[in-house]
Amino acid sequence: MQRRSTSVVRESVRLLQRVGEYAAACVSFACVAMALFVARDVAASPMPPAAENLRLEDAPDDAGGVLVVFWKTPDPAVSAGVVIERSLTAAERAKNADELWIEVERLGRDAVAGVDGSYVLKGVPIDEDTRVRVSILGTDGELSEFVESAPARPEVSLFAFKRLPLLLTVIVVSLSVLVWVALARSGRPLKIRRIAALDAVDEAVGRATEMGRAVLFVPGIQDMNDIQTIAGLTILGRVAQTAAEYDARLEVPTCRSIVMTAAREQVQAAHHAAGRPETYAEGNINYITDEQFGYVAYLSGHMMREKPAACFYMGAFYAESLVLAENGNSIGAIQIAGTAEPSQLPFFVAACDYTLIGEEFFAASAYLSGERDQLGSIKGQDVGKAFAIGAILIGTALATIAALNEGGSLGMWAGSAVASMRGFFGG
Amino acid sequence: MLQRTIPLLILSASGLILILSYFSPITETWSEQVVSWFNILAGVAFVLGAGNLLAVNLEKISSKRPGWAYSAITLVSFGAMLVVGLSKWGAVPDAKHPDVHLAGSQDSTQAGYGWAYEYVLSPLTATMFALLAFYVASAAFRAFRAKNFEAILLLGTAFIILLVQIAAGAFLTNWIPEDSFFAFLRAESLKAIVTEVFQTAGMRAILIGIALGTAATSLRLILGIDRSALSKG
Repeated sequence: MQRRSTSVVRESVRLLQRVGEYAAACVSFACVAMALFVARDVAASPMPPAAENLRLEDAPDDAGGVLVVFWKTPDPAVSAGVVIERSLTAAERAKNADELWIEVERLGRDAVAGVDGSYVLKGVPIDEDTRVRVSILGTDGELSEFVESAPARPEVSLFAFKRLPLLLTVIVVSLSVLVWVALARSGRPLKIRRIAALDAVDEAVGRATEMGRAVLFVPGIQDMNDIQTIAGLTILGRVAQTAAEYDARLEVPTCRSIVMTAAREQVQAAHHAAGRPETYAEGNINYITDEQFGYVAYLSGHMMREKPAACFYMGAFYAESLVLAENGNSIGAIQIAGTAEPSQLPFFVAACDYTLIGEEFFAASAYLSGERDQLGSIKGQDVGKAFAIGAILIGTALATIAALNEGGSLGMWAGSAVASMRGFFGG
Repeated sequence: MLQRTIPLLILSASGLILILSYFSPITETWSEQVVSWFNILAGVAFVLGAGNLLAVNLEKISSKRPGWAYSAITLVSFGAMLVVGLSKWGAVPDAKHPDVHLAGSQDSTQAGYGWAYEYVLSPLTATMFALLAFYVASAAFRAFRAKNFEAILLLGTAFIILLVQIAAGAFLTNWIPEDSFFAFLRAESLKAIVTEVFQTAGMRAILIGIALGTAATSLRLILGIDRSALSKG
């Protein structure tokens, strides 16, 4: 009995020893696994290396106050972002003497995706030196060592050299306009092609007079700081004069207060020029609303109720162009439109009887005035057009040569010439 | 005389400053000043517009002309928005100046002005804009009638674009091998040819004309050759 109990105890102790061995083995395995896991984690996200080649340079062709920070990210694979700090300005240091740096931006992964990174630092004082320091942000959120730049100071540029080609183009066009104005003054004969839409003004106003209905003139939805509105109001002068001569009622609902005032001036002057100042009715030229679709709602309703016999749309138009033109079409009005918004031209062409396309719209003012000075300016404009056509032809020829003789010396020369032209014209 | 000369001088000076500031960054602040002048003028002119709006609608109501009820609604809405907007009713207090009611923001729908903008004006505007779809359909129906050569061209182009925008375009042309001579007949190629060659070429031609027209018109105005936009005094 005693021997049996001794063996049971021995067996139990042995079992406990075995369990202890297993437990120790499990703990050891867990420790090893944990160590390996930690080691793997550390290996996957090592401390990112610090930024290299940090430069701080003045942004060219600006009014000052802007510096550009450049850096190289040594290992984009272990970088998750970048922290940019700048030195405090004298005014900021006066308020807070303890701080030397202030964080200006914490950029994400995109900033370190490539080796070369840059950041535009704005609002920099132009009368004192500024420094920046950059730290690369690791994938685990740790920051690399900060790298500090040399001091830099933004400069104010007197001339934006990147816009030199445009300035030269403006000078060429302006000179050609002035030369043609001078030639026109000296009596040189000028031939300007007829613009059907402008010749149709008399017909449209005459039809409205015969039908005893109004003439509607819409000067676009932009303010007087838009050149299209000015061009539209110039045409309004001619339409108003014809309406005054025919004694037709002209209505001008406007979308802007200043346009209403300017339109009243134009129409009043046109009535004076027609010799019928007493027929001028200020109440026919009204301000409706600045809200685009509120204006459209008014015009649509007005057109359906009053059914004007002639509708003119001259100025800057956007989504409302087709709504207006289709409403005018549905009431059977003669419609003449003019705009320099390329995206709206197809709608006007589809729904109106006549359309002044782009440059015709701007030439209308000179065309309607009949003055030699102004007609000369249209001819001058043609020189600019010839210049553009020449550049397009040369560019097309060079690009074709470059494509046909790819790899050859002629093709390489043509390719570099095309690249130079692109650079010159800002392409 | 002065009525035309002084506005012409202001116009010329403003125009030259804007051109100068585009090419010379040092004068950028001058152009900002000129733009501020215009904004001040436009702000003051708004009083004229509002006065005109009141006069026209009050006259319509007093003479009981047809549709006078709409004028009444216009004036009530105008007055309500003016009161709510100027009093900043329900404005969200500003974080820096929470005690100053007028410093609050009206952008959110918590403010009366923001609420009216978001839940009254925006739906009405969207409704008007949505009508555009029907106008496009009606204009397209009329423009695409093959009555002459140009209309046939327009119809053909529109047909190609409509076809390649839908699944049928790909379904009908996917059998053409991409590396064959006829690959240009595949839907995506046809679309690219129309939009990137013909459309881009035409649009650029129009844009060049517009740019030259704008430059010449601006020059005529700045130099006083075209005075039609000025008061005839």
